[in-house]
Amino acid sequence: MANIKLTNINKSYGSAQIIKDVSLDIKSGEFIVFVGPSGCGKSTLLRSISGLDQVTSGTLEIDNAVVNDVPPSKRGIAMVFQSYALYPHMSVFENIGFALENQGLPRAEIKKKVEAVGEMLQLTSYLTRLPKALSGGQRQRVAIGRAIVRGAKVFLFDEPLSNLDAALRVQMRMEIAKLKRDLPNTTMVYVTHDQVEAMTMADRIVVLQAGRVMQVGTPMELYENPNSVFVAGFIGSPKMNFITGLPAEKLKAKTIGVRPEHFEFSKTPTDISGTLDYTEVLGSDSFLYVSTSTGMLTVREPGRTQYKTGQKLNLKPIAEHVHRFGQDDSSLK
Amino acid sequence: MLKRFSLEPSRIALNIAVLIIIALWTFPTAGLLISSLRDKNDIAASGWWTALSSADVAKKGRLKDKVDQVEKDGKFTISGNVFEGADGVSGKVSAFGTKVQAPGGNPAGTVATLDNGQTLVVNVDGSYVLTSPTKFTDEDSGGRVFYIASQPPRFTLENYQTVLFSEGIGRSFINSLTVTIPATIIPILIAAFAAYALAWMKLPFRGLIIAIIVGLLVVPLQMSLIPLLKLYNAAGTFMGVPSKTYLGVWLAHTGFGLPFAIYLLRSYIAGLPKDLIESAQIDGANDFKIFRRVVLPLCFPALASFAIFQFLWVWNDLLVAIVFLGSGPDQLVLTGKLNALLGSRGGNWEILTASAFVTIIVPLTVFFSLQRYFVRGLLAGSVKGG
Amino acid sequence: MIAQVLYAFFTVVLGVGGCFGYFYGSNWLLDRTFPANANNDASAVRNLRVQANIRPWLFLGPALLLLSVYLIFPVIQTVWLSFHDRAGDQFVGLANYKWAFYDDQFRLSIFNNILWLAVVPALCTLMGLIIAVLTDRLWWGNLAKSLIFMPLAISFVGASVIWKFVYDYRGAGQQQIGILNAIVTYFGGDPQVWISLPFWNNFFLMAILVWIQTGFATVILAAALRGIPEDTLEAANIDGAGPFKIFYRIMVPQIYSTILVVWTTITVLVLKIFDIVLTMTNSQWNTSVLANLMFDWMFRGGGDFGRGAAIAIVIMVAVLPIMIWNIRQANNEQKGH
Repeated sequence: MANIKLTNINKSYGSAQIIKDVSLDIKSGEFIVFVGPSGCGKSTLLRSISGLDQVTSGTLEIDNAVVNDVPPSKRGIAMVFQSYALYPHMSVFENIGFALENQGLPRAEIKKKVEAVGEMLQLTSYLTRLPKALSGGQRQRVAIGRAIVRGAKVFLFDEPLSNLDAALRVQMRMEIAKLKRDLPNTTMVYVTHDQVEAMTMADRIVVLQAGRVMQVGTPMELYENPNSVFVAGFIGSPKMNFITGLPAEKLKAKTIGVRPEHFEFSKTPTDISGTLDYTEVLGSDSFLYVSTSTGMLTVREPGRTQYKTGQKLNLKPIAEHVHRFGQDDSSLK
Repeated sequence: MLKRFSLEPSRIALNIAVLIIIALWTFPTAGLLISSLRDKNDIAASGWWTALSSADVAKKGRLKDKVDQVEKDGKFTISGNVFEGADGVSGKVSAFGTKVQAPGGNPAGTVATLDNGQTLVVNVDGSYVLTSPTKFTDEDSGGRVFYIASQPPRFTLENYQTVLFSEGIGRSFINSLTVTIPATIIPILIAAFAAYALAWMKLPFRGLIIAIIVGLLVVPLQMSLIPLLKLYNAAGTFMGVPSKTYLGVWLAHTGFGLPFAIYLLRSYIAGLPKDLIESAQIDGANDFKIFRRVVLPLCFPALASFAIFQFLWVWNDLLVAIVFLGSGPDQLVLTGKLNALLGSRGGNWEILTASAFVTIIVPLTVFFSLQRYFVRGLLAGSVKGG
Repeated sequence: MIAQVLYAFFTVVLGVGGCFGYFYGSNWLLDRTFPANANNDASAVRNLRVQANIRPWLFLGPALLLLSVYLIFPVIQTVWLSFHDRAGDQFVGLANYKWAFYDDQFRLSIFNNILWLAVVPALCTLMGLIIAVLTDRLWWGNLAKSLIFMPLAISFVGASVIWKFVYDYRGAGQQQIGILNAIVTYFGGDPQVWISLPFWNNFFLMAILVWIQTGFATVILAAALRGIPEDTLEAANIDGAGPFKIFYRIMVPQIYSTILVVWTTITVLVLKIFDIVLTMTNSQWNTSVLANLMFDWMFRGGGDFGRGAAIAIVIMVAVLPIMIWNIRQANNEQKGH
């Protein structure tokens, strides 16, 4: 059991400030996902927690102890890297056992622990192999095995799925979710740029932009109540439509946001009307790209669509799902 | 790469052009190797390029004595073979004669008329028949015969025996090994640790240290000799030990080899994936352990490259060994020995060629068996680093 | 013989073992003095930090020490010596440099060095480029390259024996056993004592270095050629360029920086050229170059450390621009890293 507490964390490289005054409370046993566009500082924040990077100012606590100056190996954390960082010249067994070896554990105990982890991750028959003889999914499991075997209180994941192909990614996502179930007491911090991963796996999501925390909340909170244009645009696929001008002014907002699935079609002309430019048919859904006076809008229709390209369409947002944003792009409640 | 554009007639010209260049490049070494295997008289008598074809050699011999004469049909004959008494000479006789002025006056197999009505026939295989109408007396027995023999190519290992065991090359060979092996391993070890520190460890002045090392790459070696020699003498006197020791020469080679070694290894080690090093840090390995268990096994190719460089450089070095190691028989290295022979045995090509070949055979073997690593090191050392 | 082999073996083990011993021993001592194995103990964390501050210097220490003693100290000492008299006792200002400026032998050496600089790097690079391009198109190109490359493994002394044999001279009328004179006499010429021919003997010495270094140029340039994207060549071919045009308009510009690297590497080598002249002519017949002149002043005939050092400084200064260029390249690489 270990909670993580970040208080006013700043991190600079030279004059470039990567992390700006981040404060965060991660509860013990929570699965938390840092998400944001590339360069937002999410990986740096993770590396600061791991101790691979030193924070410039602020306090970092793990398990209620300040760890600012504690080296990575003494923080009780384990890390799964994007590249997995498996030692190419060591067998799977040696890879998993390396940390135990460094702790000076007796050989027999290392063997027992590694074999137990191997069994848990279905790697038993691969223990003598070198990493290069493993498939992508198996490598991922070895990387996770290295984290598990140490009994770390905190697992840190740095975009672990981004090297896998789409099918494998879905499978590994499920495996990590299952791992979380099997280790309910382990706090997990997971970094990704993929909002789908964030939505599907997280207990809570931390959205970062340009080194700042934009919003923290459960996936549905972020989806339903984004606190800013940025978060609203980042969470959800396809992206939320942002409409300015008359329709927004009518609702006393600078901008209103409507998700593609939250439009209705009207027979009579509305404030938002335009021509259907292009249609993408996915089978389960159809995406309609409508060119309007406020820009291109995306509309989602379940199943097939009856509308033809070039047809004039009148769109009406469903009132209860309209998000209003003020002058500073923050949500108006 | 250009395969697709090449024209067929030009391919033949291309092959020939490359063959000519290769011939130009290998001829000097081939001359050395072939000469070292020839008889010392042959080396002096004819060019090495004739060694593979039969050579015509003018020889002289003595015919048998009167005691061997046989009387037959009123004539007296002495028969034998010109090659019998001639040491180590064999082959085919193309011509013969009895006067020194015309050693090849008569083609083989023809009858030559001598004084007193005597006749002589020497056949191609060297057998001869000397015929006389009267009995041979003391006066005309044991006469001289001259002949032109065409000899097949002859090769011998005698030169090697000479240089290895009586010219001191064998001893120098061991001295060279004594110098070379530690002078290769020590800088590898020292440079690898330094390269790791400069690539992955947090330390002040890192950039400055790297810049200095790169700068030292081009310092002319000769200029360090005097200051170092003074230092060695002072240290030797101070500690009461001889100033010219194997330890001294190892350290000198290490010092001179370090800039390149650190430069080469650092760029390789810095290129290892960052994740690996950090993963090991999180796994609780200290830098010594990371170096030993993760970095060292992974930079084996770079270590091999440098090892070959340093080996060749130390083995082939003349100057450092001359200056820092004595010239006594149990210290003189191969290159030094060869240089000494160049002075003292300047005309004895059989000694020089065999000695030279002994000195170059080791680097050539190393070079051909480990060429891959050597080339890789060259590329890393110059193309990438520039 | 056996005793000598044993002695050699023992020294080797001692030398190498001592070096291993240092690294293992010093690190063991550090881990011992500042133990860090106790888990999450505050003192363990502090000890780890102490270790992290000390350990880089344990790793770097021997290298820095040796570099200081064998390269940095001599450079400083040489600068100092060059301003002092023959024994290094008395400060003489620029006298040694002034002497060098007016000394015939020094001028000759400079002239020869420039001759070498003008010929050898250019010839090696050109030959290397030609051979690299030619062999690139052959199935046995690798074999050809390693044969060209082979002389690089041969010592300068060994090469000198090889080439002395090539240049060997016998009086006219005798059977020539040096291949060069044999060829000359075969075509009706008079045999020559090549290494004492005034002026031209320099070129016969240079031939040796070209013979050795062309392989280096070939291998580096061949690798650079391999690195040229094939589609640029194909595009040029489709654009109607012939093989020669492809060579000098498409290939050469793309490997230009590599050509420069090869050129400068050989230039540095030529500036320091020493062994060939020592073993072939021992500076006789006007073949002296700077390094040999320096060697002569330092080690022969009474010796004048001041003058020798002044010559060494001249070589250093000549190498300096390349050194600075090297450092700059390394820094750029560092930034890109």
